[in-house]
Amino acid sequence: MSNNEAMLADLKSIIKPYIQNEEAFAKLTEETDFINDLKINSANLVDIVLDVEDKFDIEIDNDSMDKMLNVKAALEVIQEKLAVK
Amino acid sequence: MNLEEIKSLLPYQDPFLFVDELHSVDEDGISGSYTFPENSYFYQGHFKNNPITPGVILTETMAQIGLVAYGIYILSLTGDTEELAKGQVALTSTEMNFYKPVLPNEKVEVISKKEYYRFNKLKCKVEMFNEKKELVCRGMIAGVLINKS
Repeated sequence: MSNNEAMLADLKSIIKPYIQNEEAFAKLTEETDFINDLKINSANLVDIVLDVEDKFDIEIDNDSMDKMLNVKAALEVIQEKLAVK
Repeated sequence: MNLEEIKSLLPYQDPFLFVDELHSVDEDGISGSYTFPENSYFYQGHFKNNPITPGVILTETMAQIGLVAYGIYILSLTGDTEELAKGQVALTSTEMNFYKPVLPNEKVEVISKKEYYRFNKLKCKVEMFNEKKELVCRGMIAGVLINKS
């Protein structure tokens, strides 16, 4: 498994408890939007970000949090924060 | 901000204010109490000829003290106090377990401890005790703080 695939697998396991749309989760792609597709509310988006911080041992600031609206953006933020660790 | 100021900024009034007194507040949490008057409207229907405080009202009491009053305090640490009255706390989740019934005229104490406050979300571990110091209910309550200033 490549790094990216492993990261996506980790992200999926973090997101799973918070999704409200199983169908959209089953066919998740990089373009999948957390709020519009997976029906995650903004309060649970905070929990996802906190879980991502714990899992990858990174700190996510307000600007990065605002960007993390879909799978692709979330992976980019994680990669960016891991790179400066 | 002192406890009286926090209480005066609560956005509730009779018959849906469930805070008599706030006891203490700091960056780790808040505590307060409420006595359920026997003439409260919900006792007329919950239950027929057997008044017991509804779990949703216990949850509301815990949220008013443990999340909303505490949220006002947290907003006061960062925001403009005069603008605070326009701020709001939107409830986003509750997860509650109940252990003892609360009867008319019982006084309860609510103790709320901050789990985290990040990205405007406040999540607290909240417990309610009766006058015998028995645990009545316990759970997690979370909300989003909106400072409109």
